[in-house]
Amino acid sequence: MGLHLETTKAGKPPENIVGKILPGGRPVRRLVRVGSLLLLAALWEALVRTEMVSAFFLPPPSRVLASGWAMAQNGELWRHLAASLGRIGLGFVFGALAGILAGILMGISPAAEDVFGPVIAATYPIPKIAIFPLLILWLGIGEWPKVTVIALGVFFPMVINVRAGIKDADPALIKAAVSMGSGRLAVIWKVLLPGALPMIFAGLKLAIGIALLLVVTAEMIAAESGIGFLILSSADLMQTARLLFGIALLSVLGLAFSGLLEALERLIVKWK
Amino acid sequence: MRVILDNLSKAFQNGDQAPVEALREIACTIEENEFLAVVGPSGCGKTTLLHIVAGLLCPDTGRVFFEGSVSNGRPQTAVVFQELALFPWRTVARNIEYGLEEMGLEKKVRKKRVKEYIDLVGLSGFERMYPHQLSGGMKQRTALARALSLDPLLLLMDEPLSALDAHTRMLMQLELSRIYEKTRPSVLYITHSIPEAVFLADRVLVLSPRPGRVKAVLTLDLPRPRTERIKVDPKFVSYLDTLWGILRQDGKGGTWGSI
Repeated sequence: MGLHLETTKAGKPPENIVGKILPGGRPVRRLVRVGSLLLLAALWEALVRTEMVSAFFLPPPSRVLASGWAMAQNGELWRHLAASLGRIGLGFVFGALAGILAGILMGISPAAEDVFGPVIAATYPIPKIAIFPLLILWLGIGEWPKVTVIALGVFFPMVINVRAGIKDADPALIKAAVSMGSGRLAVIWKVLLPGALPMIFAGLKLAIGIALLLVVTAEMIAAESGIGFLILSSADLMQTARLLFGIALLSVLGLAFSGLLEALERLIVKWK
Repeated sequence: MRVILDNLSKAFQNGDQAPVEALREIACTIEENEFLAVVGPSGCGKTTLLHIVAGLLCPDTGRVFFEGSVSNGRPQTAVVFQELALFPWRTVARNIEYGLEEMGLEKKVRKKRVKEYIDLVGLSGFERMYPHQLSGGMKQRTALARALSLDPLLLLMDEPLSALDAHTRMLMQLELSRIYEKTRPSVLYITHSIPEAVFLADRVLVLSPRPGRVKAVLTLDLPRPRTERIKVDPKFVSYLDTLWGILRQDGKGGTWGSI
């Protein structure tokens, strides 16, 4: 009897034991995570309030937020945000679509790989922003050079990931599909593409970071709006609170994008 | 469906090396509703033979004739691969549905067929699971249902049970013979295991080591439905003995699955 009780007690998973040594379950851990961010902000605020650091060079979080609130009120924030999001959106969609198509083509056709492979290998290492001045010469000062440079930045990680994902397809699955009467298109659409989806998402997550980097850089070089423009123009006018708000906005955007992509991945790649 | 393998030969070119001869002049007929098992040592071209009959490989010489083959240019065959080749992104039901989609059947008809074959192989309740959530035996049943749902006149199976543990393997042998006796397609069954071949088949074709040639064909006179009791039938034991005898002549060249 006693022995029986012993075994039922020991039947608990070992995580519980670990959980007792390191205090806190999942809700507690989440609280700690949020708390660490708040603590940093509080420390920063205190540092400036006690005048250990100049509020001019490092405005406290309260002032950064206040300047953001003011920009939201007068509409400036939305204008810059919309400009940047529009550029990222267009560039990302064009670049990702082109990258996926080229990646599929190179994955299924050795001829396409021979033609495009060397070109891609030669252009991939070029920092895309280096082409930006040339794009301005070609396309004029407008939205298109910015959209194009983002599309280029997104294209490369996509084409490389998709190509690898397609090439990595399990030959047994292709064989099975063909044995059930699938033609070339059906094999691409129903076997190769679903199989490459995890790699496509890996590429998208990589690409969104690049897109964010490029939109800010391009806006700092030639733009009248956007988060990059907001940051640079605030620096020119020594408006450090606005500047820091622009930087914080980038952090929020980056988190939002990767969160969105991860949610989308969980929705689509259900079998992992 | 009667299937005639007429003088099939196949060699593989491997880079600059001399071609490797996999099959030499295989001639054999799979009769209507017959369960033909093919046994032979590793690398004797068993899988190559199956791929040729399935239309996934072209033989160098010879042809495969399908008698009583129906419609749209494709002989009505279905394959269960050694790797099973279930689509990881499709649920059990959607995996079984794949071939029916490719046949161009309507959604309603497909769903009905899928349910029918899920019931046949005993997968009810697992329709919405993904392959990685299934045990080996359940994956096996899914692959079998996917092939059977095409209503094939010839079912090709390439060592479908080789990845299973001994116990599950025995259960699946019973299941396979139950399903075969119910649906009665012609079957070409590739296996490593002599007892499995004798338990399931009507005839056993023995291939020689590479290049694979027809070494012997043994007709089995065992009652159907096959039950486990057959394994202690003196005839069953004597068939095993005969097959071992034939294969022993190959010396130590081949490797063999366990009994």
